[in-house]
Amino acid sequence: MFMVIAGGGKVGLNLARELLEKGHELSLIEQWRPRYIRLERELEHVAQYGDATELWVLERAGIARADMCIAVTGDDEDNILICQVAKQKYGVERIIARCNNPRNLEHFKLLGIEPAVSATDLILNLIEHSLPGHGLVRLLDLSGDQLEIIEVEVHTGSLADGKRVADVELPEGARIISLLPRDACGFVPKDSSLIRAGDEVLVILDPGLEDAVMSHFTVEK
Amino acid sequence: MFVLVLGAGRVGERVARFAMAQGHTVSVLDEDPLALDRLDAGVEDGWESAGGRFAVGTALEAAALEAAGISEADLFIASTNGDNTNIVMAQVAKERYGVEKVLCRVADPARAEWYESQGMHVICGTKIAISLFENELRQD
Repeated sequence: MFMVIAGGGKVGLNLARELLEKGHELSLIEQWRPRYIRLERELEHVAQYGDATELWVLERAGIARADMCIAVTGDDEDNILICQVAKQKYGVERIIARCNNPRNLEHFKLLGIEPAVSATDLILNLIEHSLPGHGLVRLLDLSGDQLEIIEVEVHTGSLADGKRVADVELPEGARIISLLPRDACGFVPKDSSLIRAGDEVLVILDPGLEDAVMSHFTVEK
Repeated sequence: MFVLVLGAGRVGERVARFAMAQGHTVSVLDEDPLALDRLDAGVEDGWESAGGRFAVGTALEAAALEAAGISEADLFIASTNGDNTNIVMAQVAKERYGVEKVLCRVADPARAEWYESQGMHVICGTKIAISLFENELRQD
């Protein structure tokens, strides 16, 4: 696959190394001259000097024939614009954007820049995951594909507490895909697997069903 | 009319002041608090006592835009010195907040032409300068 990566900082450089190793063809665009020179020493012609929000720079990097555009600069507006131009002007089919400030995530979505990845949000999710008594944790959000995976802790006395998987009447479009008992390894449950308070369950669901799903595992306070 | 001006640099500051002189309600959003001093300098008694509004914040954060009154805006002027900020914010103003008229300053002629072809109302000072130079060249 041929990919154009905008931004040669830590994220961009490490992505480029991994992707080259997997045999992909790349252009990596960096606008800061000293950093570009370092990149060029390591990656040679893969490194391209210039501002990736300038159309001619994108064109020189081969955007018109790219299969994927990955915008990982430290500037959210730049990442939005690069992906928007790649998609709409040059017809690049797949885009991935880095979202530096999670508060900007809604604007990535608004302008159709998806998936947008926020490291801060990912880390926050992991922190919530490790806190006892957390509510819902979003493990995977493929809103482009209308799919997400959430993790929920089963509360004592909730509808699902003490039931078998098959007897938990989740709404259509939601399904339990994994059980993580408190003191054991997680597993893919059978219909007959028992759910107990304190377990964690992973549920795959259509976006929008979160509340309906949560009502089975939590108790109204 | 309620006019929201994003970025009170060389361009935004004058446009904001002109809009106020025209009798519009004007709100300015800039990431630098110093921008208020610049606005004050051209208005007797100062910008805010003359009825102007001012908010400090980064445009892409919804809270700053909302503090600056974007939901009431009839006209949004993106006039920062960052093309990409202007282009993104112009789209946010239109698509998220439904601002009726949106004007966007873009310095790079190539980006200006592309976004213009996509229906954006773009104002490109660079293109104006280029055509002025070209006219001068033709006369010689």
